[in-house]
Amino acid sequence: MSKEIKQTSLKEDRRLRMVDRTMRIYGNEPHALIETLHAVQESYGFIDTDLMQYVAEKLGVPLSKVYGVATFYHFFTLKPQGEHTCVVCTGTACYISGAKAIMDDFAKKYDLLPGETTKDNKLSLLTARCLGACGLAPAIVFDGVVAGKQTPETVSNTIERWFKNEL
Amino acid sequence: MNFEELHEIAKIENEKRAQFEYSINVCVAAGCMSCGSLELLTSFKKEIERRGIENWCKAKGVGCLGLCSAGPLVSVQRYDQKSEVIYKSVTLDNVHEIVDALTGEPVGRLACSKEMSFFKNQQKIVLENFGNIDPEKIEEYIAVGGYEPLYTVLREMSPANVIEQIVKSGLRGRGGGGYPTGLKWTTVMKASGNQKYIICNADEGDPGAFMDRSVLESDPHRVLEGMAIAGYAVGADKGFIYVRAEYPLAIRRLKKAITQAEQLGVLGRGIFNTPFNFDIKLRLGAGAFVCGEETALISSIEGSRGNPRPRPPYPAEYGLWGSPTLINNVETFANIPAIIRNGSAWFASIGTEKSKGTKVFALAGRINNTGLIEVPMGTTLREIVFNIGGGIPEGSKFKAVQTGGPSGGCITSDYLDTPADYESLTKLGSIMGSGGMIVMDDTSCMVDVAKFFVEFCMTESCGKCVPCRDGSAQMYHLLSKITSGEGNINDIHMLEKLSDLINNTSLCGLGMTMPNPVVSTMHFFKDEYLAHVHDKICPAGVCNMKRGGRK
Ligand SMILES: Cc1cc2nc3c(=O)[nH]c(=O)nc-3n(C[C@H](O)[C@H](O)[C@H](O)COP(=O)(O)O)c2cc1C
Ligand code: FES
Repeated sequence: MSKEIKQTSLKEDRRLRMVDRTMRIYGNEPHALIETLHAVQESYGFIDTDLMQYVAEKLGVPLSKVYGVATFYHFFTLKPQGEHTCVVCTGTACYISGAKAIMDDFAKKYDLLPGETTKDNKLSLLTARCLGACGLAPAIVFDGVVAGKQTPETVSNTIERWFKNEL
Repeated sequence: MNFEELHEIAKIENEKRAQFEYSINVCVAAGCMSCGSLELLTSFKKEIERRGIENWCKAKGVGCLGLCSAGPLVSVQRYDQKSEVIYKSVTLDNVHEIVDALTGEPVGRLACSKEMSFFKNQQKIVLENFGNIDPEKIEEYIAVGGYEPLYTVLREMSPANVIEQIVKSGLRGRGGGGYPTGLKWTTVMKASGNQKYIICNADEGDPGAFMDRSVLESDPHRVLEGMAIAGYAVGADKGFIYVRAEYPLAIRRLKKAITQAEQLGVLGRGIFNTPFNFDIKLRLGAGAFVCGEETALISSIEGSRGNPRPRPPYPAEYGLWGSPTLINNVETFANIPAIIRNGSAWFASIGTEKSKGTKVFALAGRINNTGLIEVPMGTTLREIVFNIGGGIPEGSKFKAVQTGGPSGGCITSDYLDTPADYESLTKLGSIMGSGGMIVMDDTSCMVDVAKFFVEFCMTESCGKCVPCRDGSAQMYHLLSKITSGEGNINDIHMLEKLSDLINNTSLCGLGMTMPNPVVSTMHFFKDEYLAHVHDKICPAGVCNMKRGGRK
């Protein structure tokens, strides 16, 4: 697809409205960059180069800066995610309480390392540094919902149910 | 809004409250919510309706009740007798019997004992409204005296008076450093500039701590009020709260709280009919630990990468967009309304000589009562871990308590009688930090723990200064070598040297304090390091030793 076409199809995209709205709230000022990238990620699930270009032009900041910021912060992802996402907390409390065994299990059962997605695009594995649910360590976010006191068994139960479309 | 109107709101709310004999308070902070407390709340409401008892009993959501390990928690309050029963691990199946038990004996099986030291041995200032008010209703905050301190400050005190009170209270920053809050406020007040800013640091980077999250989720108005008082004292009319994107619930509650406060006119223009204006905006973090450092945080609010810069100049003189900026932690601000209400002498009477007031700690790891507690400064670690925290799960043995997160250190059983205050913890090679306490038992290998923290700092280093960027990678490499059974004694010496170098030459606090977990574990657990390098064994059986074997 040529760049021009992609840009126009971008324009028609309804998801872009939320991004535009965010920028407008901040008066399209350069300091709105991080808030804008949050909006991009929320509407699209990830931040691709075309969108970075779009944001750079709108806010009047160099593309290099947009790229620099998007890659500096772990919360932003530049790759599309699978159908389901698992965010494993690797904060101290969760580490002490067994997050490592869960990560090892992901590697063994699904051949997934942090940041990767399965080949069939079903499942992405991400990590976070503390979700603030340390009292319930180890904690995992399944598609946006936090669950505490997880074990390799409870995790694979949830995932198997996803795969069987039971959840 | 004037004083009468504020009182009227409180009066109406209190009258409304008094209509009900019983209130079923369900914790709706993030911990219990992830155990299904919202469904529980709905079910209680339905049950009350079904029985037609809504004229004397109501169910509502409240902030964190503290004992997160036993969630979902439900507190049943009886107003006339001022009594309370706290139920733990409540499920939908229990709703019936709990409502049944309102007028009779509590359900013993589910009730936490009142004598439980977890509840008895705490002193609550910052957490005073937790479990009591609905965090999403400003009226409930006002009913317990909220925004009255702001009124007092604006109508009856000069900025200098306010600062004098804060200085006299002896309050020190709760974000980790323990810098005297009054002194910081004085500097910002004296700094010249037409525009000044207040920033609330809600980045809570320590992975294993959740005090600030709980405060924002359970009593957000308290923080807004503290910030407004600070704004008046130092002469700032704009405030920012920089909050982690990992805390969606806290963000939602804060947004709601700000809107409510603006609608009532306790934030915005001409607050309480005075010339004082104060606006608060939210800024979201994006998952970078270093952004908790104040200069990096400022750079992040400005929309850039979170790179710290050398200080001085301090933000108090040259902060956000070059203007004088007061930056304090969530818990620091949350203490302010109570100090204004009860006076600085009251606050200064709590705690130790140099550490005044209380401290909120987040207990996690291998401890029975994981959750949130607040105790006077100077309470011993033994009291916190073994009494309030309920000790270590059966069958394992206490090994160490880690405070201060990646900037802190480990404390062993020999030192459990140390009072938890800024100076005493520093003396032991750890720090107070923001209040995260991770308890470890004999299933943890201390070399592996040190490696965990170094790996954390390595990935979180912003990469600007060489000692931190490359030093952390070198330390990680050495620790990996040791934990895989390929290390030798020289690696330990090298770690010592590197620690010293990184500590002395890094640009910001992240690098300067990064070696602490290594230095501290090497000091207290030298034998574990030696077992890894000499005998090629991991005494805790955690490390995968390539040579030699597990014990
Ligand atoms: C690497 C690093 C991370 C920090 N993270 C936090 C944090 O998450 N929350 C916080 O309040 N302070 C944090 N601080 C301390 C802040 O720089 C600053 O001192 C503090 O917010 C001041 O508030 P206080 O005086 O109320 O403690 C951090 C400092 C460093 C060096
Ligand atoms: S360490 Fe995992 S939630 Fe805090």
